[in-house]
Amino acid sequence: MTARQLDENPAGIHLPLDPLPGHTSRGRLERVLRRGEFAVTTELNPPDSADPEDVYNRAKIFDGWVDAINAVDASGANCHMSSVGICALLTRMGYAPIMQIACRDKNRIAIQGDVLGGAAMGVANMLCLTGDGVQAGDQPGAKPVFDLDSMSLLETIRIMRDNGKFLSGRKLTTPPQVFLGCAVNPFAPPYDFRPIHLGKKIAAGAQFAQTQYCFDVPMFKAFMQKARDLGHTERLFLLCGVGPLASAKTAKWIRSNVPGIHIPDAVIKRLEGAQDQKKEGKQLCIDIINEVKEIPGVAGIHVMAYRQEEYVAEIVDESGVLKGRQPWKREIRRDDQIVAQRLDHILHDEITETQVDMVKTAH
Amino acid sequence: MSDKQPAVTQATLVKKAAPKSDYKPADVSPQRRVQRTFAVRLWSIRHSRLLEWFYSRFADVFLLLHPLWKGIGYGRVEAPVKFVEKRVKGFMFDCRMCGQCVLSSTGMSCPMNCPKQLRNGPCGGVRANGNCEVEPDMPCVWVKAWEGSRNMVHGDKILTVQKPVDQSLRETSAWLRVTAQAAAARETIQNPGASA
Repeated sequence: MTARQLDENPAGIHLPLDPLPGHTSRGRLERVLRRGEFAVTTELNPPDSADPEDVYNRAKIFDGWVDAINAVDASGANCHMSSVGICALLTRMGYAPIMQIACRDKNRIAIQGDVLGGAAMGVANMLCLTGDGVQAGDQPGAKPVFDLDSMSLLETIRIMRDNGKFLSGRKLTTPPQVFLGCAVNPFAPPYDFRPIHLGKKIAAGAQFAQTQYCFDVPMFKAFMQKARDLGHTERLFLLCGVGPLASAKTAKWIRSNVPGIHIPDAVIKRLEGAQDQKKEGKQLCIDIINEVKEIPGVAGIHVMAYRQEEYVAEIVDESGVLKGRQPWKREIRRDDQIVAQRLDHILHDEITETQVDMVKTAH
Repeated sequence: MSDKQPAVTQATLVKKAAPKSDYKPADVSPQRRVQRTFAVRLWSIRHSRLLEWFYSRFADVFLLLHPLWKGIGYGRVEAPVKFVEKRVKGFMFDCRMCGQCVLSSTGMSCPMNCPKQLRNGPCGGVRANGNCEVEPDMPCVWVKAWEGSRNMVHGDKILTVQKPVDQSLRETSAWLRVTAQAAAARETIQNPGASA
C-alpha cells in the first residue's frame, strides 16, 4: 500500500481533514501555510464546456506541484464554467480548490448560498474579489450587480464562519469552515493607501492574500516593507502573484489594455532582446520568484500562467521554491487499484462468470 | 484578477458586431451619462476639510431642529428635505441618493460614483495615471477619496470597514436619518433605561 500522503484524509481523498487547533478550515492550504512552508498556488483556466474531463485534464498538469488551485469566477467578466461548478468537480477528486467569489454577478443572497454550498462540497478556501467591470468582458450589456464589495464580502463570510449567522442574523446550523483570502494590488494607485487598505481587509477577515502579477520587484519590496511595518505579515499569509509573459508584444498589449497590471520598461526590453521570447518570459518569471521568495513576509507564490499552464510545473521546479517538498498529489490508492485490476480482468480477459460456474469453482 | 487576453478581446468583437445606426451614444457607462463633468466634485474633495467642518456644524443645526422635525412629523418633512438634499448633494458630490451617506468617511468623495460602487477602498484596476479602469477619463473615486481624507481632521474614518449598502434605503434622506438616530442616542444617554 502506498504510504498515505501528508494532509490526506485516510477515509477518502475528497473528505475534509481533521480539525487542528488554531485552524479555521479543514483544508490543505491552511495547513501548509501554518506549518511555515512556502506555498504554491495556481489558477485553472476555466473551460467553456460542460465536460467534467476538461476540468480534470486542466487540473492534472498541476499534480504534485501546487498546494491549491484557484477556481476563477468569470475572470475579466468573460463567461466560463462557474467557480462553484469547478470546485464541485475538483473537490470530488481530492484537489484543494480556492473558490473565487466575485461581487459582480451575484447579490448577497446568492453569495451566502454559494458559500454554504461550496463549504458543504469540501471547499476549504475562498477568495473574495470585487470582480472586473462588465465592460471588460464578452457581455458588456450585462447588469453589474456589485451588491457587496470585496471587503463586505470578507466580513460576511467571516460572520457566517465565526458567529454562525447569515448577514441578516439568522442562525446557521453548521457554519462553513473556510480559510479566507483576498486579492491585493500593490502596483496600482493610490500607492500609499494600498498597505493600509490591506490592513482593512485583514480587519474584515482576510487570512491570506494573493497579489496581482508582480513584474516590478523594487515596488513590491517597498509595499512589503510598509506591510511589515504595519504588522500585516504576522496576521496574514501573503502570496506573491507571478507569471510568464509569452512575448514582448503580449507584454505591451497587457500594459496598455489590462488596467492594474504594471510592467516596467526594463521587462519589455529584456523580452525584446531575447532570441526565444517565450523561454525568456519563463526565465524572467523564475528570476522574479527567486527575488520575491527572499523578501521577509512572503509566504508563497501564486503562479498565473494563463494559456501557458504547462509551464507551471517547470517554473515551480526550476525556481526550487518547494525545497524538495512535494505537495499533495492524486495517486491511486490500494483499494482503488484492486477494483481497477478486477474490472480489467472482467472486461478484457475472456471469461464467462455465471453463477453456476462460480458455485462450481467455489467447491 | 485580470487575465492576459488575446490581442482582440471578445468585448471588441461584440462592439464591432453591433448594428450600425446614426445614433451612437457616447461610449461611457450608463452611470457616467448622468454626470458628464466632475469639476464640482473634485472641488469638494480639494476642500474636504472645509466641508467636514461645515458638515458637522450643519448636523448640529439639524439636530437642534429635531423637535421641529418631530413636531411636523419626520414622514411629512421627508419630501421637502429630500428635494433639497438631492439637489445640493447632487451638485456638490454627484450624490446618488443611496440614503446612507458616508462622505465624512470617504474624504468627501461619494463612493457611489465608482462604477463598482465600492464603499471600502479602490479595486485593483486603477490605472497608472490614477483614473478609473471602467471610465478611463474619470479620476478614480477612491484615489480622490484617499487624497481628500488626508486633508480632513477625522480623515482616518476611511479605515473603518463599511457595511454593505442597504438597498431598501435608496432615495431616502440621509440627513433626517442621521438626525433622528443622533436624537435617539442623545435621549438614551440623558435617561438611560427609558428606551430599553
